[in-house]
Amino acid sequence: MSTSHVLLGLLAHGPRHGYDLKRAHDDRLPQAKPLAFGQVYATLGRLERDGLVEQSGQEREGGPDRTSYALTDTGRERLDEWLAAVEPPAPYVTSTLFAKVVVGLLAAGVEAASGYLVAQRAAHSTRLRELTAIKTDAQATVGDVIAADYAITHLDADLRWMQTTLQRVSELNREVNP
Amino acid sequence: MTALISGTALHHAYGPTPALRGVDIEIGAGEVVAVTGPSGCGKSTLLHCLAGILKVDAGEVRYRDQDIALWSEAARSRLRRTDFGMLFQFGQLVPELTAGENVALPLLLGGAPRKQARATAASWLERFGVAELADKLPGTLSGGQQQRVAVARAMVTEPQVLFADEPTGALDALAGERVLTAIVGVARERGMAVVLVTHDSQIAAYADREVALRDGVVDASGLGLRMSA
Ligand SMILES: Nc1ncnc2c1ncn2[C@@H]1O[C@H](COP(=O)(O)OP(=O)(O)OP(=O)(O)O)[C@@H](O)[C@H]1O
Ligand SMILES: [Mg+2]
Repeated sequence: MSTSHVLLGLLAHGPRHGYDLKRAHDDRLPQAKPLAFGQVYATLGRLERDGLVEQSGQEREGGPDRTSYALTDTGRERLDEWLAAVEPPAPYVTSTLFAKVVVGLLAAGVEAASGYLVAQRAAHSTRLRELTAIKTDAQATVGDVIAADYAITHLDADLRWMQTTLQRVSELNREVNP
Repeated sequence: MTALISGTALHHAYGPTPALRGVDIEIGAGEVVAVTGPSGCGKSTLLHCLAGILKVDAGEVRYRDQDIALWSEAARSRLRRTDFGMLFQFGQLVPELTAGENVALPLLLGGAPRKQARATAASWLERFGVAELADKLPGTLSGGQQQRVAVARAMVTEPQVLFADEPTGALDALAGERVLTAIVGVARERGMAVVLVTHDSQIAAYADREVALRDGVVDASGLGLRMSA
């Protein structure tokens, strides 16, 4: 995911400083990996160098850096381009799950590959249940629900794939280890 | 955990077709358990055996420490009325009765006074967000609305165990989510146990744990043994 574009988007309603941006990111994209401060400042630095944001003020409260940044016109253009651009749907099948099954068959055999799938399936189901609990919690915000839904739907797709692949492991093995 | 309801070495065959070949399952009071597995693996048969609708060929069904498999049909059907709630894929509402009358029906059959039955029915319709449909006939309701009325009817006697067989199978994702959230919410609130039959992992994830069946036995390869976190 493109952190720089997300930061540009979070600046669309007006200038903000780094700490504010980090908080807005973590609030608006719940269940995403929280942004590290270092990453926020490094990204802002790059965006400033490229003329997509500019410093718009400085507030001093004791010590921490309170430089606030504003979106430039070029920054707004870049953001709009990104928002409108359709992402290529799954151009490459790159998944650790998929690679482990194939490499597992090559390197360790049918039992290891099946064992991995069974264990992975259990881990996926556990996570699915955690996310379902998060989204059905009475305190959940709509943001929490759609974040959980996104992950739930993808885990479910993985689970279906693992289920069918478990039934195809022997067949795949004949192809991989002729 | 002392089980509220359990099956031990359950066997059931339809003529020559074995459907359950030695299933063990335990459900604690207030526990929500999903029964999953591929089509034809015996999920519905297991549910019907636990609920005392089908007689087992061998094995024990214990409810509150009594082997209900030994009970007469009349005694089992009384137990279903007082302690169990049933919910199926399609609401199975009585078409000639309004939604409100459908929900009040189990209470009336149990001997409750008419006025009280109506009031209780109304509060359950409210709980499932369909209070305004009380005077409508099932035939004039959408599938999702009918199903919510059916859930209200299954809950109205405040059962100890709710048996639900693909209760959201006919609903779209959002409608299904509402029905499940409501069912699980009531289960948590009142300590009602739920046996939830589904082939869908997303639905099974509403449960505390999952028992996977395969070919009439519990599939121990991962899913069946997994406990809730
Ligand atoms: N009334 C019946 N008469 C004869 N055989 C039956 C009957 N009901 C079920 N069976 C058989 O018993 C087995 C288990 O059926 P059951 O309905 O319990 O499966 P299930 O797991 O609920 O499947 P599904 O997910 O398709 O509902 C199947 O082989 C089925 O064909
Ligand atoms: Mg069935």
